[in-house]
Amino acid sequence: MLEWFVQEVFEKYNFWTAIFIILIGIYATIAKGNLLKKLIGLSIFQTGIFLFYISLGDIGSLANWGLRTATPPILWEEGVELGYVYANPLPHVLMLTGIVVSAATTGVALALVVRMYQEYGTIEEDEIMRKEMELDQR
Amino acid sequence: MIVPIDFVLLFFLLVTAIAAITLKDLFAAIVLLGAYSFIMANMWLQLGASDVAFTEAAVGAGTSTALMVAALSRLSRKARWEK
Repeated sequence: MLEWFVQEVFEKYNFWTAIFIILIGIYATIAKGNLLKKLIGLSIFQTGIFLFYISLGDIGSLANWGLRTATPPILWEEGVELGYVYANPLPHVLMLTGIVVSAATTGVALALVVRMYQEYGTIEEDEIMRKEMELDQR
Repeated sequence: MIVPIDFVLLFFLLVTAIAAITLKDLFAAIVLLGAYSFIMANMWLQLGASDVAFTEAAVGAGTSTALMVAALSRLSRKARWEK
């Protein structure tokens, strides 16, 4: 039972942290009223997903605690003879694309937030909704 | 990966993430998001993804923080106190 717990739950601590980071981000995206806070939450949410994917690429086992188990995916013949494995580079490349897309979405969203501030004079979501409704009634 | 360093980095990740969404001062929240990105870059070096690590340090921590500060200079700095 304890061995099962250590192998199946505790050694996968990267994935648990990724879950918590994703939950923090999605909470901020939904519950915060300030639009810039929502953007910060969106950034944290995206980074949590990157952490999940790159943890999938780290294929070394944790059998020897404290030992480096997966090397960067660089040609290293002595390391192969010593029994080192390298991390899977495919998720790395996917997440490299994701980081650039994340910067682009942040830039566009910030431009929209600045434009909304010029239009409504505030970046609080409920005040924007109220002003919008006043404009509709007129 | 080196397990104790992993634990420290993941703990600081959670702390900075929670602090970045909790603070009322938006400038402090943005700077904490930059610190979060740098800790995440260290985490990716731990996982053997050095290419992602320096891209994150340049794009995620550098450019995004600069963009957010530039946008914040056109906005009001304080988030309203929420119930």
